[in-house]
Order: sequence, then structure tokens, then C-alpha cells
Amino acid sequence: MTFSPDPLLSRWQQPLRISAEVGWYDLFSRGARDWLRHNEKVRESVEKSLPNLIAGPDVLSGPGGGTVLVPVKLAEHARFRLRDTDGETGAGQGAGEDGQVLKPAQPQQGDQNGGDAGSGQGDLQFVLELKVEDVLDWLWEELKLPDLKPKASAREQDQEFVREGWDKRGVRSRLDRRRTVKQAIRRRAIQQDPAPFTDDDLRFRQLVRRDRPATNAAVIFALDVSGSMGETERQLAKTFFFFALQGIRRQYAKVEVAFLAHSAEAWEFNESQFFQTSGTGGTVSSTVFKLAKDVIKERYDPSQYNVYLFYASDGENLVDDREPSTEALRECCQGLNYGGFIEIRPAYGISPETELAGIFARMQRESLPLGMARVTGRDDVWNALRQFFQEQQARAEAA
Amino acid sequence: MSLSQSDMNERLQDYGKRIESLAHSVGLDYYPVDFELVPNNFMNEVAIYGLPIRMPHWSFGVRYIHQLIRQSMGHSRIFEVMFPGNPCHGYLVNSNTLAENTLVTAHVLGHADFAKNNHLFARFAEMSGTNIVEHAAAQAHRIEQAVRDHGQQRVEALLDAALALEPHVDLDQELHRPLYPTHLKPAAPRGDEDSFTGRFRHLPGEIERAEASRERRTAPIPPHPESDLLWFIAHYGPELEDWERDVFLAVRYESFYFYPVFACNIMNEGWATYWHARLLREADFLPSDLYLDAVTCHSNVVRPFAGEQQAALAINPYHVGFSMWERIVEQQGLERAREIRRDEDDFGFIRNYLDAELAEKLGLFVFEAKSDEGIKVAGRDVNRIREAILAPKFNYGAPRIRVGEMKHDGTLVLVHDHEADGRGLDLERAARVVQYVHRAWRRPVLLQTVDSRGAPHELRSSAP
Ligand SMILES: [Zn+2]
Repeated sequence: MTFSPDPLLSRWQQPLRISAEVGWYDLFSRGARDWLRHNEKVRESVEKSLPNLIAGPDVLSGPGGGTVLVPVKLAEHARFRLRDTDGETGAGQGAGEDGQVLKPAQPQQGDQNGGDAGSGQGDLQFVLELKVEDVLDWLWEELKLPDLKPKASAREQDQEFVREGWDKRGVRSRLDRRRTVKQAIRRRAIQQDPAPFTDDDLRFRQLVRRDRPATNAAVIFALDVSGSMGETERQLAKTFFFFALQGIRRQYAKVEVAFLAHSAEAWEFNESQFFQTSGTGGTVSSTVFKLAKDVIKERYDPSQYNVYLFYASDGENLVDDREPSTEALRECCQGLNYGGFIEIRPAYGISPETELAGIFARMQRESLPLGMARVTGRDDVWNALRQFFQEQQARAEAA
Repeated sequence: MSLSQSDMNERLQDYGKRIESLAHSVGLDYYPVDFELVPNNFMNEVAIYGLPIRMPHWSFGVRYIHQLIRQSMGHSRIFEVMFPGNPCHGYLVNSNTLAENTLVTAHVLGHADFAKNNHLFARFAEMSGTNIVEHAAAQAHRIEQAVRDHGQQRVEALLDAALALEPHVDLDQELHRPLYPTHLKPAAPRGDEDSFTGRFRHLPGEIERAEASRERRTAPIPPHPESDLLWFIAHYGPELEDWERDVFLAVRYESFYFYPVFACNIMNEGWATYWHARLLREADFLPSDLYLDAVTCHSNVVRPFAGEQQAALAINPYHVGFSMWERIVEQQGLERAREIRRDEDDFGFIRNYLDAELAEKLGLFVFEAKSDEGIKVAGRDVNRIREAILAPKFNYGAPRIRVGEMKHDGTLVLVHDHEADGRGLDLERAARVVQYVHRAWRRPVLLQTVDSRGAPHELRSSAP
């Protein structure tokens, strides 16, 4: 006997937020066991499509604090079903004249699957909360990104404890909940009358002494915010910056970040203002390169810092500014491990070389530590990241 | 009223005993019922899995979460789950009130009477045995053992296929049915010697030819389109190991067990509701405040839609079934009601006993859902109402899909009877099921259906 007044009218309106992890006490439950297995499967598929998912605006605007929220649909166990037709009928109960509308038409959503009207279940979304650290582990695996190489000159060695592997013993603060739950599930799956979890399931992050560069890194993000950089362009830039920064943070104990933006002039911003800023008028790139040069000179002594510069723009620049830009960039390069130019042109397919692409191309031929990549959509963000990280590594090794 | 667990137990046992003797005195006839008070989350699991202990599969986890959410939003509360058998097992939620659990006790006795006496239930109980709960638990343990022996991936792949095919069984056949004959019977010599063909066969030269055709020929597999996909795969999967066949047969066993509950839902819930209402009404030993609380619970269960709403896009089987039984007993007597309870399933029950007058009284209607117009009331003709109620129940609620052929290379050809179903399959889901089946079958799998324009469409498994 159940009490459920009307499953159809009372469908959930909002995506649910369900933590992918379940409390210890729930390990008693078979429902929770199978739910965790479902989550594992979702994670597996999320991992596969992570680069796409993670670049969504929903993810980037996550609450920080070391986690990102990935909206995912509950996995559906498929069964044979007749195709949906328009004009399904059913039996109902209650008042209403012939032809009376009981539920107005839903505005059409861009559902590629042809809509799952009436199924109810397909609508349910939940949000998987993932640790940025985990995401980056997967990403680096997926993208096969090499580690950044600190400059030889700055490569003083220091011993540091770093996370490596897992152990069955450890202090509580290093308990890895995800691994432990995984272990408990694995064991429960193969035991008769399993205990919910045992000490044997516990997995602690193991710390090992490892050589690590003692120096710090500095990242300068420079963004063209002139009128031609629209919302899409800035979103792509933000995505790239976000992951470039995460990648660098992965490898340096301490990372300082500077945010610069320019149209015809250049300013420094804090992170939250950075992406809100928009300017009008012309584009004078040399202004931001000059500002970058000053920032490096004042704050990031190249003997103390590994300095990275990433500049995102649509590539348009005043032709008159070619010489000043080249000069300012050349000066920057003296303090840089690596500088990357992300040319963001979502609206264009194949287009001729832009003004700035020309500048970077000429300077690359001078063997300056610069690279560039064109980004027309989300997928390109990953290619750009991979390319920059690989180039940077190749240069560092050659040096 | 809040009671300690032991108080609740004690008083519930007391009322339970007296309700049982009342039930016997009004002629309820059932196998003994073992009642158990369980925590709410256990109840959710039992309801979601359909059995107290069942094989593990991630899809149950999804249903479990849905139930938790529905419950937390106040959209669904499970009061009772009952497993027919000898004894029957009835589960009650220990956090529910004494009044609710007293009502549920009476309700379960109604189910127990139904399960023992309804023909469909009796036929399936005969096939699946009277200890289904233990049997399913043993199956679950075997499958967990298989996970230990063969790994989660392999077992899960099999269950992906087997559980997707859960309703694709042939319920007209026995649960334990023999394999196909391996050879065709030789054509028997005909007795009708006077007929034209009889005389014809005696013409010179014809006798030898007739002899030759009488040799044993290997029968094709399947010899006729086979709708029991689980059975067919279990027995004819070219590369399945024994434990893998066992997984398919385990799912099939449970599918047979679930069918009567599925096919008699309205009748059975209505019957149990009729009896809980009647037994409580006649139980003059119940304190009146408890009785009033129980009546409130009853009216929640039989209300067709939530209070603030005018209509529901579903029928409440408790309400419809209850009202139908009340009227049957009132107009035709309890004896006749018992015969109907014995002979019918929902198909006969709805077609024969839901008439226009009652449909109107219950406010039943047919609705139509269109993407541009929304969902509208589409009429109150009783014939259409009956068919709308029964439509989701035909063929165990699943499209009609049969094994058409097994080719020499082991290719499995599935054929969708789109004419009987009136349209083709949802191709995206069908393709995924084909892929599930392929992983178990290991040879190519084809599925023939029609696309949205009615043109033949073939889905083919791809190498994993
Ligand atoms: Zn019931």
C-alpha cells in the first residue's frame, strides 16, 4: 500500500543536488550500494566526456572551495519501449469538461532525444560534486598533459611531502573517503553477510618525500575586452584561463596570479572584476604587454618565479600598434618561462591570419618562448592546453 | 500518539490477533502471514527491489534515489509490502502510527486472501513455489558469488541485458518448460488414403520420394517465433557458460513471480482496501480515537488526487478498485464477489465490472497529451476509459518482440511486431538494449522494427 497522489503532475521542477558520496551509515543499505554503483558508472562516463562537461558555464561558476559541480543526468537502464507519439492518451480522474486543458503545453526545450514526455525519470538531473583535484587528475590523464618544467636556474631542490598512492594506515585527516567507500563496496560485493565497513577498508593518502622545485610560479592572464570580444569569446577565455591556472597550481606549491585587461588602455583587476569588465573602442594590445612587463619587473623576479603569461584576444589589433606590441612582448619574454596567445574566434571558420597571430608567429621564429592556438569552440580549449603544455616542456628541456 | 517500539509491538499483536479472528469469521481464507515491523528505509528498499533480498544492479539504485526523493517531498509513502507464499510475508513500517499499522494489518490479510484464491496467483504460485522470498535470496547470493568469481563487469553486463528483458517472457508457457525438440517429427503417414494426395502418393516413383522426406531433419531454432527472450537466451545462447544462463533464468523466475501482482493490481489493491475498511469498521474492540486515525489514513489512500488539485493524470488503483468491490458486494453479494476475485484479472475486472455509471461517479476520463496543446480532457466514454486503463498492461507493459531466427553464424534476429503494437520502437533505447543483449549473446544481434514513418528499420549490434 502506497500513497502517491499523482506522479505526473508533481514532477520535479529543479535539478537535484545529490552528493555523489553517501554517508557511512548508508553502506548498510542495498539501495545505497546500488546507488553508489550507479554513481561509479556515471563517474566513468563523466570522466570520458569530462573535457566537454567541465567547460560548461555551470561548472565554472561553481562555488569554488576546491569542488566543481557537474550536472549529469541519472543513468537510464534502457528497455524496449514504443516510440513516443504526439497525442498519447491515458486515464485520469477528477473534474474537467471535454477539451479542458489540465496542463498547458511545455515550451519546447532543445531535447535531441525527441523528448521523453511522460517518462518522468529522464527529467531528473543531479549534480555531481567533484573535487577539482580529481577532475584535474582525470584531465591530465585524458589529455596526457606533461608536467610543467621549472626553469633550470630556478630549480633549487627542496624536499617536500606530496600525495602519492594510498595506504591502509594513517591519520584521520588524510582519510580518503572516496577510496575508502570504493574499497568497502568492493569488499561487500565479494563477501557473504558483509559488515558495512571495516578498518581494512580505510584508505589514507600516503605522503612521500619527493624533490620539488622550491620556487613559486606567477601567472599573468591578459584579456582583450574591447567591443569585439563578446560573451562567447570571454566565456571561452575564462574556460581556458581556469584550467591553465589549475594546471599550473597542480605543480607549484604557491602560485600568484595577476589579471590584466585592455581595450585601448590596460588595467589590472581582481579576479571577480576581471570577467565582468567590458570596454569599448579600439584595441591596442601593446598597452597590456607593457603592463605585463611592469608587473613582472615589480613583483615577479624571474630568479624567484616561474612566470607564465596567457593572453586571450580575437586577434584584431591596430596595424599602427604592430611595432610597439612586438617590442613590449619581446621585453616580457625576458622574464617569462612561457607565453601563450589564445586566439578566440568562435564565429569564424577558417580565416586569414590576424594581426596578432602575425606578430606571435614572427616572434616564435626568433625562438622566443611563445606559442599560440586558435580556439573556436570548447573542444579547442583542450587542444590549446595540451599544445601549450607540450611546447613549454619541450622548450624547458631544450634549455 | 507516540508509542515505544515494544508498546507498539504488543498492542499491534493484540489487535492483529483479534483482526485475524474477525477475518476468519467473515470468511477470509489465506495462508498464515508473518508480519514484520521494519525501518522505513528498509521498506523503501523492499518496495524498490520488489523483493526483500534481490540481486544487485545499479538500476535499482536509481529507483531507490527516486523513491527517497519522492518521499522527502511528501509525494510517496509506502505503508506496506506483502509477499504471497506459505507463509506470506507482510512488512510494516515501525515508525508509522499504531492506527496506520492496524489498518495495514487488515489490508495485508485482504492481499493474503486474494493471493491464495485468485486463479492467476495460484497458477504462478504453483510454478514458482511458495517460498519465493527465500528462493530470490538464494538467487541473489548466487549472483553475488558470480561477482566474486567472475568480476563485477561481467555480471553487470549480463544483468544489464537480463533485467532489460525482464517483461519479455512467455506467460502462457510453464516456468519450467522443455527445450525445443531437436529434430522435426517425421511426417506421419496419412490415414486418408482416399484423398487425392493419398492416391497421388501411390503413383509410381512417388513412394521413394515420400520416404526420403520422412528422414529426421534438424529442427530450426526457434521452430516458431519465440517471445520468451530470457528463456531463449538462457538456453540457446551459443557461448554462455552455465552460471551465465543461471543469471537469465534467475531474472525470468522473478519476472514470472511479479506477473500476477502486475496483472491484478487494481483488483488486488481494491480487494485489500475493501477488507481493511470493512474489518476495521467491524472491529469494535478498537479504541475510537485509533479507529478515527485509521479512517483518516484510509481516506488518504483512496483519495484520487492531492487536496489542492482538481484532477489527476492517473487513476488511483486503491480508489477505483475499492469502489468497484464495494459496489459488487453491495449489488451482487459477497459470494459473487469471491467468485470474481477468483476468476478475473484486471482485464476482465475492468471490462466486465467498470460500467458507465461507476466511471462517472469516480470521475474517470481519458486525457490526451499533445506537444502544442498540452494535456486535455479527451472524453468520458466508458469504453475508451477502460482501454486507457488497460493499455499499459498488455503484454506485461512491453512491446511485442520475438526471436525470429538464429542464423548459422549465431546471429540473433529479433523481430518487433510493430503491427500489433501500432508503431515502431523508440530507436535510441532499442539500440542500447540490442547492445546489452549483444554483450551476453556475443554474436551479432539484429532487431527489426519500423521508423517514425513506418518504413522497415533494422538495428544491428556493433562490436563492443
Ligand atoms: Zn496493498
